[in-house]
Amino acid sequence: MKRMTTREAFAGYIFASPWILGFAIFLAYPLLASMYFSLCDYSVLKAPVFVGIDNYKLLMGDDLFWTALKNTLLYAVLALPASMATGIILAMLLNAKVKGMAVYRTFFFIPSLVPQVSLAILWRWVLDGEHGVLNPVLKNFGITGPNWLNDPVWSKPSLVLMAMWGVGNAMLIYLAGLQDVPTQLIEAADLDGANSWQKTRNVTIPMISPVILFNLIMGIIGTLQVFTVPYIMFPNGAPAHSTYFYTEYLYDNAFRYHKMGYASAMGWIMFLMILGLTFFSLRMSEKHVHYQGS
Amino acid sequence: MKALFAQTPRVDRSAFTIPVLAAAVLFTWYESEQLTKAPPGDGKVHVKYWEKWTAFEFDAMKHVVDEFNKSQDKIVVDILSVSGIENKTLMAVSGGVPPDVVGLYGPNVTQYADDHAVIPLDDMCKEAGIKRDDYIEAYWDISVIRGHIYGLPSTPATTALHYNRGIMKELGLDPNKPPATLKEMDHVADLMTKREKDGHVIRTGFMPGEPGWWNWAWGPFFGGKLWDGKDKITINSPENIEAYEWVQSYSKKLGANALSSFQAGFNNMFSSPQNPFMTGQNGMEIQGVWMYNFITKFNPELDWAAAPFPAAKPGMEEPTVIDLDVLCIPTGAKHPKEAFEFLKYVESQKGLEMLCLGQKKITPLKKVSAGFIENHPNPFIKLFIKLAYSKNAVSTPKIGIWAQYLDEINNACSEITLMSKTPKKALDDVKDRMQPMMDKYLERLKVRGEL
Repeated sequence: MKRMTTREAFAGYIFASPWILGFAIFLAYPLLASMYFSLCDYSVLKAPVFVGIDNYKLLMGDDLFWTALKNTLLYAVLALPASMATGIILAMLLNAKVKGMAVYRTFFFIPSLVPQVSLAILWRWVLDGEHGVLNPVLKNFGITGPNWLNDPVWSKPSLVLMAMWGVGNAMLIYLAGLQDVPTQLIEAADLDGANSWQKTRNVTIPMISPVILFNLIMGIIGTLQVFTVPYIMFPNGAPAHSTYFYTEYLYDNAFRYHKMGYASAMGWIMFLMILGLTFFSLRMSEKHVHYQGS
Repeated sequence: MKALFAQTPRVDRSAFTIPVLAAAVLFTWYESEQLTKAPPGDGKVHVKYWEKWTAFEFDAMKHVVDEFNKSQDKIVVDILSVSGIENKTLMAVSGGVPPDVVGLYGPNVTQYADDHAVIPLDDMCKEAGIKRDDYIEAYWDISVIRGHIYGLPSTPATTALHYNRGIMKELGLDPNKPPATLKEMDHVADLMTKREKDGHVIRTGFMPGEPGWWNWAWGPFFGGKLWDGKDKITINSPENIEAYEWVQSYSKKLGANALSSFQAGFNNMFSSPQNPFMTGQNGMEIQGVWMYNFITKFNPELDWAAAPFPAAKPGMEEPTVIDLDVLCIPTGAKHPKEAFEFLKYVESQKGLEMLCLGQKKITPLKKVSAGFIENHPNPFIKLFIKLAYSKNAVSTPKIGIWAQYLDEINNACSEITLMSKTPKKALDDVKDRMQPMMDKYLERLKVRGEL
């Protein structure tokens, strides 16, 4: 019997070996290497020179690091609740029993399929203060639109607005969650005379809370790593570094300034930040998230 | 029927799955091997050459490569157009699989030389008789780092004032008399500017931020320096502050918001019919020798001319930006000798003129054949060649931290144009950020024994 177990375990490892090797080579090694590099003066082209926690110390005194971090957190604080609320509201609307729903659902999902680069270029045309599409539309309503892309005050809200375009994936997950809400609970609430808001507040939201938690965590990771759209739309974080995000500074340090050690330190700080926020969300969720059957 | 199926013995699907999967894997492996297999050996050395150019600029180099390949029977150069060439070269060199020749941007060379990512070419140049005396010094010197040559010039350029003659005529100004001083240019720019009653700008005469590629050059155009050549960042020198005060004067005149809004509309519009110079929405701008190519492509009807950029002050006549693409041999290249054979061919008068004429640029060599100027389509080619010899020609500082320094200057320029900082404050901030980086950079070079 014992021999059989060993053989089984051996076979198990053999079958799992492609994944184990892949994980070790492409994930575990780079992860550990980047930790070591974060303690080195390393340009990629020359052998790393160990400098202890110098990179971390330098980062603490680097104004641009703080500017980029502040921009990123501010963007996350604005974009995350906005996209979550939009996702839930859209999912609820698309959960209604209306004719032609498949068409509407496709309609709202399609924008999230647009590649990020195309999205950035498209929105430049929409939001351009001078020749854009949006401001003339606003003018019809008597609103003088701002200089969306070139005013440091409006550049971040512009990006938040664009992030709304990508809610399709989250919306789909919410929708799946909504369809999982037991109808008997809604019917029971109906019998108790609950109105729509009360049903939403006391039945629907608690029932989809695990889905909301999932999207919250994915959202935290996604918004803190925002890169492609601002990198293309706002070269050098213009205007005046108002759209210079954490990952852009990380990328510039790694590939343009050849400071891979410094960039690795930034990567680890970001990793710990996301880890902390995820842990915090999970702890907070203990009180607010309801799992069916638990 | 139902009963019949029910009675059929069940086929074990897994008996098929594994052989089918195995066959699929084997087939994929075989096909990928076939696709990636090296072509049958032709007995020649294949030199891998990565170049950043695309379209007609790439075609011009491709022509030179073809001519080289035809000229002898030992070496074949395989040219490949590569985007984001600096990053890919960095990765390829660190991964030990670099190309044999790479076409970098002039300002990149120091950074790559500092990290020994490109090899010095001194001995090979000496042996081949390639020497500084044959080149316009400003171009040769770009790739000379701490006394060693790390790259050879491919296509050079200079910049000049491009102005719309049509608008000059419309205003009753003599189109054959472009402004000679900055004061004159500011006056012409004011005349050219058109605004609506609400202050909305519909045409500018000049915008210091258009195209925004040489924000760093305004200081040197005023006689300022970006570093002292040794260890000090001098971006906040009085001359540089004066230059950026001039830059900010346009925001003051037109309104920071109105100007940035007008200019933002042309972002990424350089190679397009919407380019403000082509559409007549901007009367004058600083541009390089290549501008002719784009005008011919997008608005051949445009009545334009080029002239030396106006002097900011006496003694600063004919300022120009020295711009250069270079050819380097990366460290770890498999065939450096053969790669240099190709470089030698390109660097000949015939090779460089073939390339530079194909790209409609100037040649970096002092010796220019009569045919080069005669056949050159740019009507102002003589001006651009002359400017390369200007005593007020400026080029980027040869320091390895230039990429970051440039980003800081560009950001300061954005703050200055938006009037969120005074020029002095913005430049002081750049100095405060860059000086410690400069100190660290020099310290690192010392530790490595480079200095």
